[in-house]
Amino acid sequence: MPLDQSFVGRTYPPTAPYEVGREKIREFAVAIGDANPAYTDPAAARALGHPDVIAPPTFPFALSYQAAQQVLEDPELGLDFSRVVHGDQKFRYTRPVRAGDRLVVTVSIESIKSMAGNDLMTVSGEVHDADGEHVVTSLMMLVARAPEEV
Amino acid sequence: MAAKLTYDEVATGTELPPGVFPVTRATLVRYAGASGDFNPIHWNEKFALEVGLPDVIAHGMFTMASAIRVVTDWAGDPGAVVDYGVRFTRPVVVPNDDKGAVIEITGKVAAKLDDEARTVRVDLTVTAAGQKVLGMARAVVRLA
Repeated sequence: MPLDQSFVGRTYPPTAPYEVGREKIREFAVAIGDANPAYTDPAAARALGHPDVIAPPTFPFALSYQAAQQVLEDPELGLDFSRVVHGDQKFRYTRPVRAGDRLVVTVSIESIKSMAGNDLMTVSGEVHDADGEHVVTSLMMLVARAPEEV
Repeated sequence: MAAKLTYDEVATGTELPPGVFPVTRATLVRYAGASGDFNPIHWNEKFALEVGLPDVIAHGMFTMASAIRVVTDWAGDPGAVVDYGVRFTRPVVVPNDDKGAVIEITGKVAAKLDDEARTVRVDLTVTAAGQKVLGMARAVVRLA
């Protein structure tokens, strides 16, 4: 069963705020092997014009993916997650995520397309700070492979 | 935001210093913990084989994180990245030995987009074991 096109445009409730800590950013930077001082040294980050340490560009994925669970687990949509792979990923930044941010993610279904029996679904996560200012948009395209013919 | 590199000193075709990043099973376990992505295909060989993969594979988001390092190191400020996208075309297979896999990244300035905003588009080529693992890997960066 292809995914229902009428879900395009559906927006889910905003998440509870995620508080970005310096040590979480450090842990992530170490995990990706990136020693850039802007991620760990507040003075180095300030020298670049940031108020505190910033997070690596792909850091927001963890938040947006967590928020997207609302879509993946939406019983009405009926996505078979065992057949889903991450097809592509995009980020559009207004500014980098930084320590001290309290971030709220609002998830929407941007598009659903059918291609060769597979469903391609793009889920956006709009990330805003405590002042309601846009920080980054995460666009995740998922491919739900068609079930094998029996 | 303050990239150190200036818009005027780059041209279309300018090549970025390449990146070579090793990935072992230990790297993947650490990334799983830091990112919260505990999908067993990234650490459990038995599970990976059962779902038809050749071996444990790296997190796509780890490869994506590695690739942009070439850009952030070059620009001088990771906050200068205004747009970044990739397509996950082929997995990075990480064998359970002391070598693991190696992700190799090259990049070049594909276009100078906007003289006012001082933005350029960088196209990245990302390979492991001689094969491209990301498609359409592109970043837009605001230079000084």
